[in-house]
Amino acid sequence: MPAYSDDAIIRVRDLTVGFGDNLILNHLDLDVKRGEILGFVGASGAGKSVLTRTIIGLMPKLSGTIEVFGVDMGKASEDERRAVERRWGVLFQHGALFSSLNVRQNIQFPVREFMDVSERLLDEIAIAKLAMVGLKPEVADRFPSELSGGMIKRVALARALALDPEIVFLDEPTSGLDPISAGDFDQLVMTLQRTLGLTVFMVTHDLDSLKTACNRIAVLGDRKVLLVGTMDDMLASQHPWLRAYFHGKRARAVVA
Amino acid sequence: MNGNPTLEQVTVGAGLALRAAGQWTVHHAPDLEKIVEATEKRNGGKANIVIDVSQVSSLDTFGAWLIERLRRSLTHGDVEPKVAGLSENYASLVNEVRQVKPGLIHKRQRKTLLGMLDGVGRSVVEVGGTFVGLIGMLGAILHALGRTVLRPTSFRFTSMVHHLEQVCWRAVPIVLLITFLIGCIIAQQGIFHFRKFGADVFVVDMLGVLVLRELGVLLVAIMVAGRSGSAYTAELGSMRMREEVDALRTMGFDPTEVLILPRVCALIIAMPILAFLGAMAALYGGGLVAWGYGGVQPEAFLARLKEAISVDHFIVGMVKAPVMALVIGVVACVEGAAVKGSAESLGQHTTASVVKSIFFVIVMDGLFAIFFATINM
Repeated sequence: MPAYSDDAIIRVRDLTVGFGDNLILNHLDLDVKRGEILGFVGASGAGKSVLTRTIIGLMPKLSGTIEVFGVDMGKASEDERRAVERRWGVLFQHGALFSSLNVRQNIQFPVREFMDVSERLLDEIAIAKLAMVGLKPEVADRFPSELSGGMIKRVALARALALDPEIVFLDEPTSGLDPISAGDFDQLVMTLQRTLGLTVFMVTHDLDSLKTACNRIAVLGDRKVLLVGTMDDMLASQHPWLRAYFHGKRARAVVA
Repeated sequence: MNGNPTLEQVTVGAGLALRAAGQWTVHHAPDLEKIVEATEKRNGGKANIVIDVSQVSSLDTFGAWLIERLRRSLTHGDVEPKVAGLSENYASLVNEVRQVKPGLIHKRQRKTLLGMLDGVGRSVVEVGGTFVGLIGMLGAILHALGRTVLRPTSFRFTSMVHHLEQVCWRAVPIVLLITFLIGCIIAQQGIFHFRKFGADVFVVDMLGVLVLRELGVLLVAIMVAGRSGSAYTAELGSMRMREEVDALRTMGFDPTEVLILPRVCALIIAMPILAFLGAMAALYGGGLVAWGYGGVQPEAFLARLKEAISVDHFIVGMVKAPVMALVIGVVACVEGAAVKGSAESLGQHTTASVVKSIFFVIVMDGLFAIFFATINM
């Protein structure tokens, strides 16, 4: 695995998010370093998706700062925020493909909106992106409702990568995939990280992904980040939830 | 760092070097494409070409693909240009796009006369399909109804009451308001024109017959189609999209019995009630206008109304209501069941549901008019 540079591409400080009196994240700090694959774990309902959605600006925060590429997203003007948004891609848990557009149009959509690119190049790039995520060009004319679950995830990844972003957010990318497809997906993410120099922020429950793909793992619990570190750090931790997670029955086969 | 991408052309000995520099990224894609196309034209057929990318400051998929495109178009036979000066990071990206198979990009279909005729033909066939679908759904509903009659406990009474609240109780205010206004308008127009002949008071005849026989029920049917028919289609359609209908089926339930029958029954009960309320509101509105604008006193209005209309007029209106409810319900459910996976399809079928049910309601009204005329009612 290549060494990654140490500067933080996403810097979350003192973040508090909640609805009314119910705090979901409380004074949370997190750094994502340039070029790394950060795996993000936590119990169901601990607020992993809330943190992701807050970073990408889909949820309001009560206090704290979020810096992406050194831009404070809370203070940034509309134009600055748009500029940052063009530099990241998001893969939603269920794909969130536009159901009335076919696969090709889904991938081309962000490019078409933001850039002035000829139709020929758009078509070629769509096919190239499909090839990158391991899909055949024949898929390009299908509609999302005609795709299998694994294909939807791949097309959604291709769309997230359409503008060659520097960061991709993946929300449970391997959930609902068979172990072989999930393994392929991990390899794919690693290949793309190497070739495109991506930074990957991946919410996942897949211990295999955590072990093979992730450079670092961050654990969310008690409304903040409990621990950030490598797999070895996770295994060495004495925190009860971490012990249950990484030493449980399902984990033993993977991490042993 | 100099941003703008360039592609310099240098003759080196017997060969040709193409030196790429600057940012080969999506932000410069239009310029890049022009540069690449110009170079392709100039150098087609030349041998011994080296594409030197060592000066490229940043490269993404777009840049890598354009280099690949350049390489491919300058290839003839087995002689292909070399790509030199690739750093390790970019090499894997260029190799990645090298795997892309060309020639599999479909051309978009243009609209032709033949295509338009083809579309017309398909639409005509679809119209036939619509009738078959409607009859099929009617059969399914009657079948479900038959089974429920044999086992009355299986009828989803709670569900029906819930839908009755949605389509009847909650529809009352808007139905009353609109029919009241229509009654006012009819009375005003009637008085305005009848006055020329000194026949002001006959506006009561017109209002009574028109509202009770035709307009009351027709207006309410159109409102119900727009308000409740569309809701049925959207509900059933999104349930289909999320596989809820399939889930019901696997649990051993008949979706027609669980989802469609209670909805259609609620509509059949609701329509006569709404039609009656609507007719009363229209008469009331007409009466007010006749009094205020036409000077017809309420006592005179009521006396005239008694003379002008008979119970027959009222029955004619009320008999039509449940039949129209059935038509609206069947059309809404057929369209809901036809929704495919996309949001666009849901929208299309919801629109089709409203348009078709209004069309069929008007056709039914015409058939009823012929029928009642034949039996002298």
